[in-house]
Amino acid sequence: MTYIGKSIKRVEDKRFITGQGSYTDDIVIPNMTHAVIVRSPYAHARILSIDTSAALAMPGVVAIFTGADISATGIVGVPTGWVINFKNGDPMKEPPHPLLVTDKALCVGDGIVIVIAEDQATAIDAAEAVNIEYDVLPAVALPADAVKAGAPLVHDNAPNNVCFDWELGNPKAEVDAALAGAHHITKLDIINQRMIPNAMEPRSAIGHYNEAHEKYTLYTTSQNPHLTRLLMAAFVLGIPEHKVQVIAPDVGGGFGSKIFHYTEEALVTWCSKKIGRPVKWTSGRTEAFLTDAHGRDHATTAEMGFDKEGNIVGLRVNTIANLGAYLSTFAPAVPTWLHGTLLQGLYTTPKIHIDLKGVFTHTVAIDAYRGAGRPEATYLLERLMDTAALEMGMDPAELRYKNFIPPFDGVTQPGYQTQVALQYDSGNYKAVLDRGLEMVGYQQFRAEQAEARKHGKLLGIGFSTYVEACGIAPSAVVGALGARAGLFESAQVRVQPTGKVSVYTGSHSHGQGHETTFSQIVADRLGIAMEDVEIIHGDSDSVAFGMGTYGSRSLAVGGSAIVKSLDKVLEKGAKIAAHKLEAAVEDLEYAEGKWTVKGTDKSISFGDISLTAYVPHDYPQNLEPGLDFSSFYDPTNFTYPFGCHIAVVEVDAETGKVKLNRFIAVDDVGNVINPMIVDGQIHGGLAQGIGQALLEGAIYDEDGQLVNASYMDYAMPRADDLPSFEIDRTVTPCPHNPLGVKGAGEAGCIGSTPAVVNAVMDALSGFGIKNLEMPLTSERVWRAMHA
Amino acid sequence: MSVSISVTINNKQYTTQVEPRQLLVYYLRESLHLTGTHVGCDTTSCGACTILLDGKAVKSCTVLAVQADGSEITTIEGIGQHDHLHPIQEGFKEEHGLQCGFCTPGMIMAAADLLQRNTDPSEQEIREALEGNFCRCTGYHNIVKSIQYAAKKIQDTKVAVI
Amino acid sequence: MIPANFAYHRAHSVDEALDLLSQHADDAKILAGGHSLIPAMKLRLNQPGALIDIGRIKELRYIKLDGAYIAIGAGTTHDDIANSELLQKHIPMLPQSAELIGDVQVRNVGTLGGSIAHADPAADWPASIIASDASIVVRSKSGERIIPAGEFFVGFFTTALQTGEIITEIRIPVPAANTHSSYHKFMQPASRFAITGCAAVVTVNNGVCENVRVAFTGVADTPFRDAKVEAALTGKAPSAENIKAAADLAADGVDLLSDNSASAEYRQHLARVYAKRALTEAIG
Repeated sequence: MTYIGKSIKRVEDKRFITGQGSYTDDIVIPNMTHAVIVRSPYAHARILSIDTSAALAMPGVVAIFTGADISATGIVGVPTGWVINFKNGDPMKEPPHPLLVTDKALCVGDGIVIVIAEDQATAIDAAEAVNIEYDVLPAVALPADAVKAGAPLVHDNAPNNVCFDWELGNPKAEVDAALAGAHHITKLDIINQRMIPNAMEPRSAIGHYNEAHEKYTLYTTSQNPHLTRLLMAAFVLGIPEHKVQVIAPDVGGGFGSKIFHYTEEALVTWCSKKIGRPVKWTSGRTEAFLTDAHGRDHATTAEMGFDKEGNIVGLRVNTIANLGAYLSTFAPAVPTWLHGTLLQGLYTTPKIHIDLKGVFTHTVAIDAYRGAGRPEATYLLERLMDTAALEMGMDPAELRYKNFIPPFDGVTQPGYQTQVALQYDSGNYKAVLDRGLEMVGYQQFRAEQAEARKHGKLLGIGFSTYVEACGIAPSAVVGALGARAGLFESAQVRVQPTGKVSVYTGSHSHGQGHETTFSQIVADRLGIAMEDVEIIHGDSDSVAFGMGTYGSRSLAVGGSAIVKSLDKVLEKGAKIAAHKLEAAVEDLEYAEGKWTVKGTDKSISFGDISLTAYVPHDYPQNLEPGLDFSSFYDPTNFTYPFGCHIAVVEVDAETGKVKLNRFIAVDDVGNVINPMIVDGQIHGGLAQGIGQALLEGAIYDEDGQLVNASYMDYAMPRADDLPSFEIDRTVTPCPHNPLGVKGAGEAGCIGSTPAVVNAVMDALSGFGIKNLEMPLTSERVWRAMHA
Repeated sequence: MSVSISVTINNKQYTTQVEPRQLLVYYLRESLHLTGTHVGCDTTSCGACTILLDGKAVKSCTVLAVQADGSEITTIEGIGQHDHLHPIQEGFKEEHGLQCGFCTPGMIMAAADLLQRNTDPSEQEIREALEGNFCRCTGYHNIVKSIQYAAKKIQDTKVAVI
Repeated sequence: MIPANFAYHRAHSVDEALDLLSQHADDAKILAGGHSLIPAMKLRLNQPGALIDIGRIKELRYIKLDGAYIAIGAGTTHDDIANSELLQKHIPMLPQSAELIGDVQVRNVGTLGGSIAHADPAADWPASIIASDASIVVRSKSGERIIPAGEFFVGFFTTALQTGEIITEIRIPVPAANTHSSYHKFMQPASRFAITGCAAVVTVNNGVCENVRVAFTGVADTPFRDAKVEAALTGKAPSAENIKAAADLAADGVDLLSDNSASAEYRQHLARVYAKRALTEAIG
């Protein structure tokens, strides 16, 4: 292999480091207008009147629309893409999510009026001149409050604010019995706080209706342009899908928040036809805080039972998951099938049950944020493990070793069937903990810690061992679980007559480096130079179809689709080569970019075969010209990366401030195509996971105001908040995809959060503190120490 | 009400009428189509809009275009040439200091300010110098390495940072 | 985020700025570095009808020894102060404070005069400006007046500046021999403004603390000197015990700020810890 497994420098970098990237807001279309959306300042308010007359009269204002203008055309709103039924079989409550609200605002940031002007400054001026009268109503923001008796209702047709209830695992009675017989039960009440994704590029969308072609083009900051096209064309605007082109150009980070089809995308598309001019909307940062889907926000009670030796005998989990005011695209799937299914962890827990309610609140919609459900599951499991170790006087590493599922490769040994629906593909959990302990120097650290404590210095170490499910996902499986879409991926490999190769992938890169990683695969499989490969993505007109990038799926699913098409190219190429070399196909071998007749020096190059395919003068009978193949790859299972994360912290005894001294991560993401890129994915995930533990978290007040909706108030991790990370990996290949790859995008974020919190709890172990709510702000820690 | 300004940007002189309220970042992006300088927040926090104004890193979202009248500006488009990258640009590529690329121009300009002041910064000094620049992708790990790479290259080749 | 419209006037001298200011009366704001004003204008929290740009006035940007005091022009940037050898030599607390403001980009543009005129209760400058016993020189059409720093900050975003006045200079008395100073800050993790900033200036003669000045920012809606801490240390030896005993009196009886970043109780605790840290670095 020339490229696979090597840290090839990224081919996409040059445009970004020279300022030549092309993000949505960079795009200028002649005659383009600029939109600003007037949004509700209240979490729950009846709209009494809307007066746009002063705004409309301002010079430079092009048009103003309200929700009434839109609903008059029969448009209902944006749908969700996943259905979860109530336990009793009733379908979940699925209220409409209008593009602009007409009667009632249900969260701060709900769009009410769109103002379109010649330039952005004028649009802002005019938006300020729109006068809306409200009758402010009581609101509810926190999930546990939403289900209390008398809580304000978000939707009239959803009693007690419950969207659905749901359970998974062994029969509850069996789990209750297992816990009743346990020697020790560790119980934690856990808030997994609401996170705000904060991709650095704010969302942006440009709608452009071309009357001559009767065709719409939408440029948007999307992780999956095809899904946006499908949802918007077929389910929101009711326009023909083939007359809609969605382009997601360079996208500045997503972390889940750009998966979803947002109201603004449909709005600018609708408005562009209405006014006959392109319409651009670009979010401000505070607007992003108030409109990008948030993540997490679970209130959980979790109990884990152990026998005398420390073996886990059962796990019982009860969770209320916040969904926000509306159901975002994947919202119902996140707390259920991406969370409850992960409660096995990497332990042999014989009995598991989760009971969960998804609830509406007067807040921004909640959906997938890096890790999506799996961080929440890992957090509660790993907090339980370290807490149990403390309570039972056992070493936290020892407790894990005792309960790990033994190694299985998924080839000679079967996959591991969990109690919560999944079958893990392959795993070797002991190996990552072994390596982590070695890297941190565990015994030595414990000695240092004891010594430091004598001098009043509070050092702590925390562990997290995790397994996650990504590479989403087998379409039949997700269909059975409520998905309204398949989760395959497509790839087209178009060999040009000169042997250069264009690859069209339905995956979408917004930082992941697909142009490099995918080129490495293509170049190696075809035995050609990487420079001869171009990766094209993000345009629904050039790429046949795509399900996009999220759930750490691009390589495992999108990469596998490319491999399928490459195999088809080589298969056809062999037929042409056999003809040209006057040999049988089975007598040929392909290596280093040429077909050779085995045992001879007769060969023909990939380039010559490519040319022959397009200039088929001397060509096999019954074979079509051309060398161009599409494939759709539908995985047979999720992939299951795993790892061990270890944090070392110091708590300032005077102020409670936590300093992260070291962070060790050993992750197993299966085979690795580009180690440099995989390491980068891990680093970024770690920073986000650590951010959740120590710094970040949305704060809603009792009126439903998001009080920290700016970077002056919401603490983003900065360079000097973090140490350099110490990372390594083990390699346990995925047994069920052609590349043997799992997924690396979310692993860092899934494992790291509990490691940090566990480390702080370890540092504070002398204070009798068992649990603290994230983020572990200095004041929270200080208060706990002085309670 | 517009005001005439004259600025030198990436060694090219521009004389333009601007509205007093036009922020420098929008002047660069919208009037001159220099879209490498990005806007990532509303509060002078994220640093995606960082440029060099008379050689010093500033957040162009918090400077009026009229304030820049008579100044020399370097943006990401001008710090290196396409076929001859600046050592900091090279560092970001060699050390995988970027993923989505959105914060990268601002990071590179902030790094240029640092390396002008301190040719051999420690890891801690680099991290502190980046406190005005947010990155959500890299966890900063490789950004630090990228700047270390650039510092070494600048020392080895004895070139001026700007 | 774009400010509302305004008229722009560039002043080339303080006299011209004062003329412009008198012409535009209440509707004008002075623009120096703009790093307090422009953010507020972008969010449209502030919508002045006119800006008078004094950022080009070279006569407002200097740091010089002027007899018994060090004179800092109001248009001097935080970065100039952070890198001033003169200040480093005489009163290192000021470069230390400057270094902790915002980030390098903000320090490159933001000015001392602009920051104190804005009087953000969580800004860094007020503590060290008060603790250094500075005077604020302001000019108007009717002449010049000098406001002691202790009387300059009168409340939440409010100063003793009157309509038509411009800050021109901040005068720092050259500290007496054996004077030590330090500024320590506990940052709000998002904005990095001060939840508690403590500036301490102490002269130690014959093993005894004299002229103790301890000032806080971020703790209350107005920066203040803490008389109880100062009194407790005056006449005492600069020992760890004495410092701790004095610091433990910090922010006593003060109307403390309380918000999502820190409760009043925590702020008071931090005031004590940071008084100890600043004093310890200065004289411990």
